[in-house]
Amino acid sequence: MSDRIISRGFLGRRRDAGPPGRVPPGQYVTPDFPVLSAGPTPRTPLDRWTFEVRGNVMRPQRWSWAEFQALPRDEVKADIHCVTKWSKLDTQWRGVSLDFLLETVEAKGEFVVAFCDGGYTTNLPLADVVGGKAWVVDEYGGSPLDAEHGGPARLLVPHLYFWKSAKWVRGLEITMDDQPGFWEEAGYHNRGDPWKEERYRGD
Amino acid sequence: MPSSAPARRIEWRAARVIETRDETPHARTLVLDVPEWPGHHAGQHVDVRLTAEDGYQAERSYSIASAPSSRYLELTIERLDDGEVSPYLADVVQPGDVFELRGPIGGYFIWLPQLRRPLALIAGGSGIVPLMAMLRLRAMLDDAPSAHLLYSVRSPEDVIYGAEIERLAASDARLSVACTFTRRHAPDWNGYTRRIDRMMLEEAIPALGESPLIYVCGPTSMVELAATELVAIGHPPAAIRTERFGPSGTNGNR
Amino acid sequence: MRAMEELLLDGNAAAGLLAQIFVPDVTSALARCVHCQASAALGAVALYQGAGSVLRCRNCEGVLLRVVSAPDRTYIELTGIRCLELPLA
Repeated sequence: MSDRIISRGFLGRRRDAGPPGRVPPGQYVTPDFPVLSAGPTPRTPLDRWTFEVRGNVMRPQRWSWAEFQALPRDEVKADIHCVTKWSKLDTQWRGVSLDFLLETVEAKGEFVVAFCDGGYTTNLPLADVVGGKAWVVDEYGGSPLDAEHGGPARLLVPHLYFWKSAKWVRGLEITMDDQPGFWEEAGYHNRGDPWKEERYRGD
Repeated sequence: MPSSAPARRIEWRAARVIETRDETPHARTLVLDVPEWPGHHAGQHVDVRLTAEDGYQAERSYSIASAPSSRYLELTIERLDDGEVSPYLADVVQPGDVFELRGPIGGYFIWLPQLRRPLALIAGGSGIVPLMAMLRLRAMLDDAPSAHLLYSVRSPEDVIYGAEIERLAASDARLSVACTFTRRHAPDWNGYTRRIDRMMLEEAIPALGESPLIYVCGPTSMVELAATELVAIGHPPAAIRTERFGPSGTNGNR
Repeated sequence: MRAMEELLLDGNAAAGLLAQIFVPDVTSALARCVHCQASAALGAVALYQGAGSVLRCRNCEGVLLRVVSAPDRTYIELTGIRCLELPLA
Protein backbone atom coordinates (compact mmCIF):
# COMPACT_ATOMS: atom_id res chain seq x y z
CA MET A 1 0.00 0.00 0.00
CA SER A 2 1.39 3.42 -0.96
CA ASP A 3 2.18 6.10 1.62
CA ARG A 4 -0.90 8.10 2.45
CA ILE A 5 -0.92 11.78 1.71
CA ILE A 6 -2.69 13.53 4.58
CA SER A 7 -4.74 16.53 3.50
CA ARG A 8 -3.76 19.38 5.81
CA GLY A 9 -6.75 20.57 7.78
CA PHE A 10 -9.27 18.17 6.25
CA LEU A 11 -11.77 16.96 8.84
CA GLY A 12 -14.61 15.42 6.86
CA ARG A 13 -18.09 14.71 8.17
CA ARG A 14 -18.60 14.58 11.91
CA ARG A 15 -17.57 11.16 13.08
CA ASP A 16 -15.83 9.55 16.00
CA ALA A 17 -14.58 6.15 17.10
CA GLY A 18 -17.42 5.72 19.57
CA PRO A 19 -17.43 4.34 23.13
CA PRO A 20 -14.84 1.57 23.63
CA GLY A 21 -16.09 -1.90 22.73
CA ARG A 22 -19.32 -0.58 21.30
CA VAL A 23 -18.28 -0.14 17.68
CA PRO A 24 -17.07 -2.98 15.42
CA PRO A 25 -13.60 -2.79 13.84
CA GLY A 26 -13.14 -0.33 11.00
CA GLN A 27 -16.32 1.61 11.73
CA TYR A 28 -16.85 5.20 12.83
CA VAL A 29 -19.93 6.66 14.51
CA THR A 30 -21.99 9.27 12.68
CA PRO A 31 -24.86 11.41 13.94
CA ASP A 32 -26.30 11.42 10.41
CA PHE A 33 -28.42 8.73 8.80
CA PRO A 34 -26.92 8.41 5.30
CA VAL A 35 -29.22 7.29 2.53
CA LEU A 36 -27.71 4.68 0.26
CA SER A 37 -29.72 2.92 -2.37
CA ALA A 38 -29.16 0.38 -5.12
CA GLY A 39 -32.08 1.68 -7.11
CA PRO A 40 -34.96 4.16 -7.40
CA THR A 41 -37.20 4.62 -4.36
CA PRO A 42 -40.31 2.46 -4.75
CA ARG A 43 -43.59 4.08 -3.85
CA THR A 44 -46.11 1.33 -3.23
CA PRO A 45 -49.38 2.76 -1.96
CA LEU A 46 -50.46 1.25 1.36
CA ASP A 47 -53.72 -0.05 -0.07
CA ARG A 48 -51.69 -2.21 -2.46
CA TRP A 49 -48.95 -3.20 0.00
CA THR A 50 -48.87 -6.76 1.30
CA PHE A 51 -46.33 -8.76 3.29
CA GLU A 52 -45.98 -12.44 2.56
CA VAL A 53 -44.15 -15.34 4.20
CA ARG A 54 -44.02 -18.36 1.92
CA GLY A 55 -41.86 -21.26 0.79
CA ASN A 56 -40.85 -24.06 3.17
CA VAL A 57 -43.64 -23.30 5.64
CA MET A 58 -46.69 -25.20 6.84
CA ARG A 59 -49.08 -22.26 6.58
CA PRO A 60 -48.05 -19.50 4.15
CA GLN A 61 -49.49 -16.12 5.08
CA ARG A 62 -50.09 -12.78 3.47
CA TRP A 63 -51.02 -9.65 5.39
CA SER A 64 -52.45 -6.41 4.09
CA TRP A 65 -51.17 -3.16 5.62
CA ALA A 66 -54.13 -2.99 7.99
CA GLU A 67 -53.66 -6.61 9.03
CA PHE A 68 -49.93 -6.06 9.49
CA GLN A 69 -50.61 -3.07 11.73
CA ALA A 70 -52.71 -5.30 14.00
CA LEU A 71 -49.87 -7.76 14.67
CA PRO A 72 -48.01 -7.64 18.00
CA ARG A 73 -45.11 -5.20 17.94
CA ASP A 74 -41.80 -4.69 19.66
CA GLU A 75 -39.92 -1.52 20.46
CA VAL A 76 -36.35 -2.05 19.31
CA LYS A 77 -33.28 -0.02 20.24
CA ALA A 78 -30.20 -1.02 18.30
CA ASP A 79 -26.84 0.03 16.95
CA ILE A 80 -26.62 -0.29 13.17
CA HIS A 81 -23.46 -0.80 11.11
CA CYS A 82 -23.15 -0.13 7.40
CA VAL A 83 -20.47 -1.91 5.39
CA THR A 84 -19.44 1.50 4.02
CA LYS A 85 -18.03 2.13 7.53
CA TRP A 86 -20.56 4.32 9.27
CA SER A 87 -22.30 3.15 12.44
CA LYS A 88 -25.23 4.77 14.16
CA LEU A 89 -25.86 4.07 17.84
CA ASP A 90 -29.12 3.74 19.76
CA THR A 91 -31.47 3.86 16.77
CA GLN A 92 -35.10 3.28 17.68
CA TRP A 93 -37.57 1.27 15.69
CA ARG A 94 -40.94 -0.37 16.04
CA GLY A 95 -42.11 -3.46 14.22
CA VAL A 96 -43.08 -7.10 14.15
CA SER A 97 -40.50 -9.69 15.15
CA LEU A 98 -39.54 -12.42 12.73
CA ASP A 99 -39.95 -14.88 15.60
CA PHE A 100 -43.66 -14.10 15.50
CA LEU A 101 -43.92 -14.22 11.71
CA LEU A 102 -41.99 -17.48 11.38
CA GLU A 103 -43.94 -19.17 14.19
CA THR A 104 -47.22 -18.09 12.62
CA VAL A 105 -46.36 -19.79 9.34
CA GLU A 106 -44.53 -22.72 11.00
CA ALA A 107 -41.38 -22.26 9.00
CA LYS A 108 -39.54 -25.49 8.17
CA GLY A 109 -36.58 -24.29 6.14
CA GLU A 110 -32.94 -23.43 6.90
CA PHE A 111 -32.61 -20.08 5.15
CA VAL A 112 -34.54 -16.92 4.45
CA VAL A 113 -34.55 -14.75 1.35
CA ALA A 114 -36.08 -11.31 1.90
CA PHE A 115 -37.62 -9.92 -1.29
CA CYS A 116 -38.45 -6.27 -1.88
CA ASP A 117 -40.10 -3.75 -4.17
CA GLY A 118 -37.61 -2.87 -6.89
CA GLY A 119 -36.19 -6.41 -6.95
CA TYR A 120 -33.63 -6.23 -4.13
CA THR A 121 -33.03 -9.43 -2.19
CA THR A 122 -30.85 -10.53 0.69
CA ASN A 123 -30.29 -13.96 2.23
CA LEU A 124 -29.86 -15.03 5.84
CA PRO A 125 -29.65 -18.31 7.72
CA LEU A 126 -32.81 -18.85 9.76
CA ALA A 127 -30.65 -18.91 12.88
CA ASP A 128 -29.75 -15.26 12.28
CA VAL A 129 -33.35 -14.08 12.31
CA VAL A 130 -34.81 -15.93 15.30
CA GLY A 131 -34.31 -15.48 19.02
CA GLY A 132 -35.07 -11.76 19.09
CA LYS A 133 -32.61 -10.75 16.36
CA ALA A 134 -34.80 -9.54 13.49
CA TRP A 135 -37.93 -7.52 12.78
CA VAL A 136 -40.01 -6.07 10.00
CA VAL A 137 -40.15 -2.43 11.09
CA ASP A 138 -42.36 0.42 9.93
CA GLU A 139 -41.45 3.09 12.44
CA TYR A 140 -38.14 4.85 12.99
CA GLY A 141 -37.51 7.33 15.79
CA GLY A 142 -41.19 7.36 16.71
CA SER A 143 -42.48 8.25 13.24
CA PRO A 144 -43.58 6.26 10.20
CA LEU A 145 -40.54 5.06 8.27
CA ASP A 146 -39.60 7.45 5.40
CA ALA A 147 -39.60 6.05 1.88
CA GLU A 148 -35.94 6.94 1.42
CA HIS A 149 -35.06 4.85 4.50
CA GLY A 150 -37.10 1.90 3.29
CA GLY A 151 -40.67 2.79 4.17
CA PRO A 152 -43.39 1.71 4.45
CA ALA A 153 -41.53 -1.28 5.96
CA ARG A 154 -38.02 -2.70 5.96
CA LEU A 155 -36.21 -5.62 7.48
CA LEU A 156 -34.10 -4.86 10.54
CA VAL A 157 -31.30 -7.27 11.45
CA PRO A 158 -28.93 -5.06 13.44
CA HIS A 159 -26.35 -7.68 14.40
CA LEU A 160 -25.31 -7.97 10.74
CA TYR A 161 -24.13 -5.29 8.30
CA PHE A 162 -26.98 -3.06 7.31
CA TRP A 163 -27.30 -4.26 3.70
CA LYS A 164 -29.04 -7.26 5.25
CA SER A 165 -31.73 -4.93 6.66
CA ALA A 166 -33.49 -4.86 3.32
CA LYS A 167 -35.46 -1.73 2.47
CA TRP A 168 -38.96 -1.84 0.98
CA VAL A 169 -39.34 -5.46 2.08
CA ARG A 170 -42.46 -7.24 0.84
CA GLY A 171 -41.90 -10.75 2.12
CA LEU A 172 -39.75 -13.64 3.15
CA GLU A 173 -39.14 -16.82 1.20
CA ILE A 174 -38.14 -19.70 3.47
CA THR A 175 -35.81 -22.08 1.67
CA MET A 176 -33.85 -25.27 2.26
CA ASP A 177 -30.80 -23.98 0.41
CA ASP A 178 -28.90 -20.72 0.68
CA GLN A 179 -29.60 -18.29 -2.17
CA PRO A 180 -27.21 -15.33 -2.30
CA GLY A 181 -29.04 -12.04 -2.69
CA PHE A 182 -28.35 -8.82 -4.58
CA TRP A 183 -25.11 -7.81 -2.87
CA GLU A 184 -24.01 -11.32 -1.83
CA GLU A 185 -23.83 -12.41 -5.46
CA ALA A 186 -22.03 -9.18 -6.42
CA GLY A 187 -19.07 -9.52 -4.04
CA TYR A 188 -20.22 -8.77 -0.52
CA HIS A 189 -19.88 -11.42 2.19
CA ASN A 190 -22.56 -14.07 2.43
CA ARG A 191 -23.16 -13.55 6.17
CA GLY A 192 -21.83 -10.07 7.02
CA ASP A 193 -20.93 -10.14 10.74
CA PRO A 194 -19.48 -6.69 11.53
CA TRP A 195 -17.63 -8.00 14.60
CA LYS A 196 -15.66 -10.36 12.38
CA GLU A 197 -15.40 -7.69 9.68
CA GLU A 198 -17.07 -9.95 7.13
CA ARG A 199 -17.47 -7.29 4.49
CA TYR A 200 -16.49 -8.98 1.23
CA ARG A 201 -16.67 -12.48 -0.21
CA GLY A 202 -13.72 -14.45 1.05
CA ASP A 203 -13.10 -12.30 4.13
CA MET B 1 -8.05 8.55 -24.16
CA PRO B 2 -5.16 10.90 -25.11
CA SER B 3 -3.30 9.19 -27.91
CA SER B 4 0.08 10.02 -26.42
CA ALA B 5 -0.58 8.09 -23.22
CA PRO B 6 0.03 4.35 -23.07
CA ALA B 7 -3.03 2.40 -22.01
CA ARG B 8 -2.62 1.69 -18.31
CA ARG B 9 -4.74 1.87 -15.22
CA ILE B 10 -4.92 5.37 -13.86
CA GLU B 11 -3.23 5.88 -10.52
CA TRP B 12 -3.45 8.32 -7.67
CA ARG B 13 -0.94 11.15 -7.96
CA ALA B 14 0.00 14.03 -5.70
CA ALA B 15 -1.30 17.36 -7.01
CA ARG B 16 0.32 20.51 -5.62
CA VAL B 17 -1.63 23.75 -5.45
CA ILE B 18 0.27 26.51 -7.25
CA GLU B 19 -2.34 29.23 -7.10
CA THR B 20 -5.96 29.84 -6.20
CA ARG B 21 -8.31 32.21 -8.00
CA ASP B 22 -11.69 33.34 -6.71
CA GLU B 23 -14.25 33.15 -9.51
CA THR B 24 -17.42 34.07 -7.59
CA PRO B 25 -18.37 34.33 -3.90
CA HIS B 26 -19.11 30.58 -4.09
CA ALA B 27 -16.52 29.24 -6.49
CA ARG B 28 -12.74 29.11 -6.62
CA THR B 29 -10.29 27.80 -9.19
CA LEU B 30 -7.34 25.72 -8.06
CA VAL B 31 -4.29 25.77 -10.31
CA LEU B 32 -2.45 22.50 -9.84
CA ASP B 33 0.93 21.08 -10.69
CA VAL B 34 0.49 17.36 -11.33
CA PRO B 35 3.76 15.55 -12.04
CA GLU B 36 3.75 13.43 -15.22
CA TRP B 37 0.24 14.46 -16.10
CA PRO B 38 -0.54 12.51 -19.29
CA GLY B 39 -2.76 15.18 -20.81
CA HIS B 40 -6.52 15.21 -21.09
CA HIS B 41 -9.47 15.87 -23.40
CA ALA B 42 -11.87 18.75 -22.91
CA GLY B 43 -14.81 17.50 -20.86
CA GLN B 44 -12.93 14.95 -18.78
CA HIS B 45 -12.76 15.03 -15.02
CA VAL B 46 -10.53 13.92 -12.18
CA ASP B 47 -11.25 12.14 -8.92
CA VAL B 48 -9.90 13.95 -5.86
CA ARG B 49 -9.17 12.03 -2.64
CA LEU B 50 -8.71 13.65 0.75
CA THR B 51 -7.33 11.84 3.80
CA ALA B 52 -7.84 13.06 7.36
CA GLU B 53 -5.30 12.50 10.17
CA ASP B 54 -7.17 9.41 11.40
CA GLY B 55 -7.14 7.84 7.95
CA TYR B 56 -10.73 8.71 7.05
CA GLN B 57 -11.01 9.31 3.31
CA ALA B 58 -13.46 11.10 1.08
CA GLU B 59 -13.49 11.13 -2.71
CA ARG B 60 -15.25 13.40 -5.18
CA SER B 61 -15.12 14.04 -8.93
CA TYR B 62 -14.35 17.47 -10.41
CA SER B 63 -14.40 18.49 -14.04
CA ILE B 64 -11.19 19.84 -15.53
CA ALA B 65 -11.57 23.53 -16.39
CA SER B 66 -8.29 24.01 -18.24
CA ALA B 67 -7.75 23.39 -21.92
CA PRO B 68 -5.68 20.31 -22.83
CA SER B 69 -2.67 22.43 -23.77
CA SER B 70 -2.58 24.29 -20.46
CA ARG B 71 0.65 23.88 -18.49
CA TYR B 72 -1.13 23.42 -15.19
CA LEU B 73 -4.34 21.57 -14.44
CA GLU B 74 -7.21 23.78 -13.30
CA LEU B 75 -10.26 22.72 -11.32
CA THR B 76 -13.08 25.09 -10.41
CA ILE B 77 -14.78 24.14 -7.18
CA GLU B 78 -18.23 25.37 -6.19
CA ARG B 79 -18.76 25.40 -2.43
CA LEU B 80 -21.83 23.46 -1.33
CA ASP B 81 -22.93 24.51 2.15
CA ASP B 82 -23.54 20.97 3.35
CA GLY B 83 -20.69 19.51 1.35
CA GLU B 84 -17.95 17.43 2.87
CA VAL B 85 -15.20 18.05 0.34
CA SER B 86 -16.10 21.25 -1.53
CA PRO B 87 -15.82 23.60 1.49
CA TYR B 88 -12.33 22.22 2.10
CA LEU B 89 -11.21 22.74 -1.49
CA ALA B 90 -12.95 26.10 -1.84
CA ASP B 91 -11.85 27.60 1.49
CA VAL B 92 -9.06 25.72 3.28
CA VAL B 93 -6.62 24.63 0.60
CA GLN B 94 -3.72 27.06 0.01
CA PRO B 95 -0.82 27.26 -2.43
CA GLY B 96 1.74 24.66 -1.40
CA ASP B 97 -0.87 22.16 -0.19
CA VAL B 98 -0.91 18.70 -1.74
CA PHE B 99 -3.82 16.31 -2.26
CA GLU B 100 -4.39 13.13 -4.22
CA LEU B 101 -5.92 13.15 -7.66
CA ARG B 102 -6.41 10.56 -10.38
CA GLY B 103 -7.29 11.00 -14.00
CA PRO B 104 -8.07 12.04 -16.58
CA ILE B 105 -11.31 10.17 -16.48
CA GLY B 106 -14.18 9.79 -18.89
CA GLY B 107 -14.51 9.25 -22.61
CA TYR B 108 -18.20 9.87 -23.09
CA PHE B 109 -18.54 13.54 -22.23
CA ILE B 110 -15.63 14.85 -24.31
CA TRP B 111 -15.27 17.20 -27.27
CA LEU B 112 -12.50 16.74 -29.81
CA PRO B 113 -11.45 19.45 -32.28
CA GLN B 114 -11.79 17.05 -35.20
CA LEU B 115 -15.56 16.91 -34.60
CA ARG B 116 -16.56 19.54 -37.14
CA ARG B 117 -20.25 19.90 -36.34
CA PRO B 118 -21.64 23.08 -34.81
CA LEU B 119 -21.31 22.94 -31.05
CA ALA B 120 -24.15 23.60 -28.61
CA LEU B 121 -23.15 23.87 -24.96
CA ILE B 122 -25.85 24.03 -22.30
CA ALA B 123 -24.68 24.71 -18.77
CA GLY B 124 -26.47 24.98 -15.44
CA GLY B 125 -24.54 26.51 -12.54
CA SER B 126 -21.16 24.84 -12.10
CA GLY B 127 -21.95 22.67 -15.13
CA ILE B 128 -20.11 25.40 -17.04
CA VAL B 129 -16.76 23.98 -15.91
CA PRO B 130 -16.25 21.11 -18.40
CA LEU B 131 -17.86 23.21 -21.13
CA MET B 132 -15.34 25.98 -20.43
CA ALA B 133 -12.52 23.53 -21.10
CA MET B 134 -14.18 22.92 -24.47
CA LEU B 135 -14.49 26.65 -25.18
CA ARG B 136 -10.89 27.27 -24.15
CA LEU B 137 -9.70 24.52 -26.48
CA ARG B 138 -11.90 25.83 -29.28
CA ALA B 139 -10.46 29.34 -28.86
CA MET B 140 -7.02 28.01 -29.81
CA LEU B 141 -8.12 26.51 -33.11
CA ASP B 142 -7.66 28.24 -36.45
CA ASP B 143 -10.80 26.92 -38.01
CA ALA B 144 -13.19 26.16 -35.19
CA PRO B 145 -16.80 25.09 -35.81
CA SER B 146 -19.48 27.54 -34.69
CA ALA B 147 -20.44 27.36 -31.04
CA HIS B 148 -23.48 28.39 -29.02
CA LEU B 149 -23.45 28.57 -25.24
CA LEU B 150 -26.62 28.69 -23.19
CA TYR B 151 -25.77 29.30 -19.52
CA SER B 152 -28.37 29.11 -16.78
CA VAL B 153 -27.56 30.53 -13.35
CA ARG B 154 -29.55 31.80 -10.38
CA SER B 155 -28.15 35.31 -10.26
CA PRO B 156 -25.37 37.47 -11.78
CA GLU B 157 -22.96 36.70 -8.92
CA ASP B 158 -23.18 33.00 -9.83
CA VAL B 159 -21.74 33.46 -13.30
CA ILE B 160 -18.38 31.71 -13.40
CA TYR B 161 -15.80 32.89 -16.00
CA GLY B 162 -18.10 35.79 -16.94
CA ALA B 163 -15.41 38.18 -18.13
CA GLU B 164 -13.57 35.50 -20.08
CA ILE B 165 -16.74 34.32 -21.81
CA GLU B 166 -17.59 37.89 -22.81
CA ARG B 167 -14.08 38.38 -24.18
CA LEU B 168 -14.24 35.17 -26.19
CA ALA B 169 -17.63 36.10 -27.65
CA ALA B 170 -16.53 39.65 -28.46
CA SER B 171 -13.57 38.44 -30.52
CA ASP B 172 -15.29 35.53 -32.26
CA ALA B 173 -18.26 36.09 -34.54
CA ARG B 174 -18.90 32.37 -34.64
CA LEU B 175 -19.38 32.09 -30.86
CA SER B 176 -22.75 33.16 -29.51
CA VAL B 177 -23.62 33.26 -25.84
CA ALA B 178 -27.03 33.41 -24.16
CA CYS B 179 -27.55 33.60 -20.45
CA THR B 180 -30.63 33.07 -18.32
CA PHE B 181 -31.04 34.16 -14.71
CA THR B 182 -33.58 32.10 -12.83
CA ARG B 183 -33.77 33.96 -9.49
CA ARG B 184 -32.33 37.47 -9.67
CA HIS B 185 -31.05 39.61 -12.50
CA ALA B 186 -29.46 43.00 -12.95
CA PRO B 187 -31.98 45.85 -13.41
CA ASP B 188 -30.74 46.57 -16.91
CA TRP B 189 -30.78 42.92 -18.02
CA ASN B 190 -33.09 42.31 -20.94
CA GLY B 191 -32.25 38.68 -21.66
CA TYR B 192 -33.86 35.47 -20.40
CA THR B 193 -35.11 35.33 -16.84
CA ARG B 194 -36.53 31.85 -16.49
CA ARG B 195 -35.51 28.20 -16.34
CA ILE B 196 -34.42 26.59 -19.58
CA ASP B 197 -37.39 25.46 -21.63
CA ARG B 198 -38.13 24.27 -25.14
CA MET B 199 -38.60 27.73 -26.62
CA MET B 200 -35.31 28.96 -25.20
CA LEU B 201 -33.52 25.91 -26.59
CA GLU B 202 -35.03 26.48 -30.02
CA GLU B 203 -33.84 30.07 -29.98
CA ALA B 204 -30.41 29.63 -28.46
CA ILE B 205 -28.97 26.59 -30.17
CA PRO B 206 -28.55 25.62 -33.82
CA ALA B 207 -31.58 24.22 -35.60
CA LEU B 208 -32.00 20.55 -36.41
CA GLY B 209 -30.85 21.08 -39.95
CA GLU B 210 -27.37 22.06 -38.79
CA SER B 211 -26.88 18.76 -36.91
CA PRO B 212 -25.27 20.26 -33.84
CA LEU B 213 -23.35 18.25 -31.27
CA ILE B 214 -24.94 19.08 -27.94
CA TYR B 215 -23.38 18.89 -24.48
CA VAL B 216 -25.55 19.42 -21.40
CA CYS B 217 -24.03 19.69 -17.92
CA GLY B 218 -25.35 20.84 -14.59
CA PRO B 219 -27.76 19.85 -11.83
CA THR B 220 -29.49 16.55 -12.53
CA SER B 221 -32.98 18.05 -12.78
CA MET B 222 -31.85 20.68 -15.30
CA VAL B 223 -29.99 18.13 -17.42
CA GLU B 224 -32.98 15.78 -17.49
CA LEU B 225 -35.31 18.60 -18.50
CA ALA B 226 -33.03 19.95 -21.20
CA ALA B 227 -32.29 16.50 -22.64
CA THR B 228 -35.99 15.66 -22.77
CA GLU B 229 -36.83 18.91 -24.55
CA LEU B 230 -33.95 18.53 -27.00
CA VAL B 231 -35.23 15.11 -28.00
CA ALA B 232 -38.76 16.51 -28.27
CA ILE B 233 -37.46 19.19 -30.64
CA GLY B 234 -36.09 16.37 -32.75
CA HIS B 235 -32.37 16.29 -32.02
CA PRO B 236 -31.15 12.70 -32.30
CA PRO B 237 -30.34 11.25 -28.85
CA ALA B 238 -26.90 10.24 -30.15
CA ALA B 239 -26.11 13.93 -30.75
CA ILE B 240 -26.75 14.80 -27.10
CA ARG B 241 -24.18 14.11 -24.37
CA THR B 242 -25.09 14.65 -20.75
CA GLU B 243 -23.28 14.96 -17.44
CA ARG B 244 -25.33 15.17 -14.27
CA PHE B 245 -23.85 16.93 -11.29
CA GLY B 246 -26.40 15.93 -8.65
CA PRO B 247 -28.55 18.40 -6.73
CA SER B 248 -26.76 21.69 -7.15
CA GLY B 249 -23.34 21.55 -8.66
CA THR B 250 -20.53 19.29 -7.57
CA ASN B 251 -20.53 15.59 -8.48
CA GLY B 252 -21.44 13.04 -5.87
CA ASN B 253 -22.26 15.29 -2.98
CA ARG B 254 -22.81 12.88 -0.12
CA MET C 1 -36.39 17.40 1.29
CA ARG C 2 -35.03 16.61 -2.14
CA ALA C 3 -36.41 13.67 -4.07
CA MET C 4 -33.94 10.78 -4.31
CA GLU C 5 -34.15 11.05 -8.06
CA GLU C 6 -32.73 14.57 -8.04
CA LEU C 7 -29.59 13.30 -6.36
CA LEU C 8 -28.99 10.80 -9.14
CA LEU C 9 -25.76 10.93 -11.01
CA ASP C 10 -24.93 9.12 -14.21
CA GLY C 11 -22.26 6.70 -15.35
CA ASN C 12 -19.77 9.60 -15.83
CA ALA C 13 -19.44 9.67 -12.04
CA ALA C 14 -18.54 5.95 -12.00
CA ALA C 15 -15.88 6.39 -14.68
CA GLY C 16 -12.98 6.53 -12.20
CA LEU C 17 -14.18 3.34 -10.53
CA LEU C 18 -14.65 1.60 -13.89
CA ALA C 19 -11.20 2.74 -15.00
CA GLN C 20 -9.77 0.50 -12.25
CA ILE C 21 -11.25 -2.46 -14.06
CA PHE C 22 -11.33 -1.62 -17.75
CA VAL C 23 -8.30 -0.19 -19.49
CA PRO C 24 -10.11 1.68 -22.26
CA ASP C 25 -12.75 4.13 -21.07
CA VAL C 26 -16.12 2.41 -20.98
CA THR C 27 -18.35 5.42 -20.40
CA SER C 28 -18.44 5.91 -24.15
CA ALA C 29 -19.23 2.22 -24.68
CA LEU C 30 -22.76 1.29 -25.72
CA ALA C 31 -24.31 -1.25 -23.40
CA ARG C 32 -27.26 -3.37 -24.44
CA CYS C 33 -29.55 -4.11 -21.49
CA VAL C 34 -30.17 -7.83 -21.05
CA HIS C 35 -33.66 -7.17 -19.62
CA CYS C 36 -35.16 -4.88 -22.30
CA GLN C 37 -32.52 -4.79 -25.09
CA ALA C 38 -32.28 -0.98 -25.00
CA SER C 39 -28.84 0.35 -25.83
CA ALA C 40 -27.17 3.39 -24.24
CA ALA C 41 -23.74 4.82 -23.47
CA LEU C 42 -22.65 3.80 -19.96
CA GLY C 43 -21.80 7.43 -19.22
CA ALA C 44 -25.45 8.33 -19.63
CA VAL C 45 -27.12 5.58 -17.61
CA ALA C 46 -28.33 6.00 -14.04
CA LEU C 47 -25.81 5.52 -11.22
CA TYR C 48 -26.98 4.47 -7.75
CA GLN C 49 -24.79 4.26 -4.70
CA GLY C 50 -25.86 1.57 -2.26
CA ALA C 51 -23.42 -0.65 -0.39
CA GLY C 52 -21.71 -0.78 -3.80
CA SER C 53 -22.22 1.00 -7.12
CA VAL C 54 -25.10 0.09 -9.43
CA LEU C 55 -25.61 1.22 -13.03
CA ARG C 56 -29.21 0.85 -14.22
CA CYS C 57 -30.87 1.02 -17.64
CA ARG C 58 -32.84 4.25 -18.04
CA ASN C 59 -35.44 2.46 -20.13
CA CYS C 60 -36.45 -0.35 -17.76
CA GLU C 61 -34.49 0.38 -14.54
CA GLY C 62 -32.92 -3.07 -14.79
CA VAL C 63 -29.46 -3.57 -13.33
CA LEU C 64 -26.66 -3.36 -15.92
CA LEU C 65 -23.62 -3.50 -13.70
CA ARG C 66 -22.69 -3.82 -10.02
CA VAL C 67 -19.29 -2.95 -8.56
CA VAL C 68 -18.05 -3.82 -5.08
CA SER C 69 -14.65 -2.41 -4.10
CA ALA C 70 -12.69 -4.33 -1.48
CA PRO C 71 -9.29 -2.93 -0.38
CA ASP C 72 -7.29 -5.42 -2.43
CA ARG C 73 -9.78 -6.58 -5.05
CA THR C 74 -12.74 -5.34 -7.05
CA TYR C 75 -15.82 -7.38 -7.91
CA ILE C 76 -17.76 -6.52 -11.01
CA GLU C 77 -21.03 -8.23 -11.80
CA LEU C 78 -21.85 -7.76 -15.46
CA THR C 79 -24.71 -10.11 -16.24
CA GLY C 80 -27.08 -7.19 -16.87
CA ILE C 81 -25.17 -6.24 -20.02
CA ARG C 82 -25.91 -8.42 -22.99
CA CYS C 83 -23.22 -6.86 -25.12
CA LEU C 84 -20.78 -3.98 -24.77
CA GLU C 85 -19.74 -2.05 -27.88
CA LEU C 86 -16.44 -0.25 -27.30
CA PRO C 87 -15.40 2.41 -29.80
CA LEU C 88 -11.70 2.15 -30.67
CA ALA C 89 -9.63 5.23 -29.67
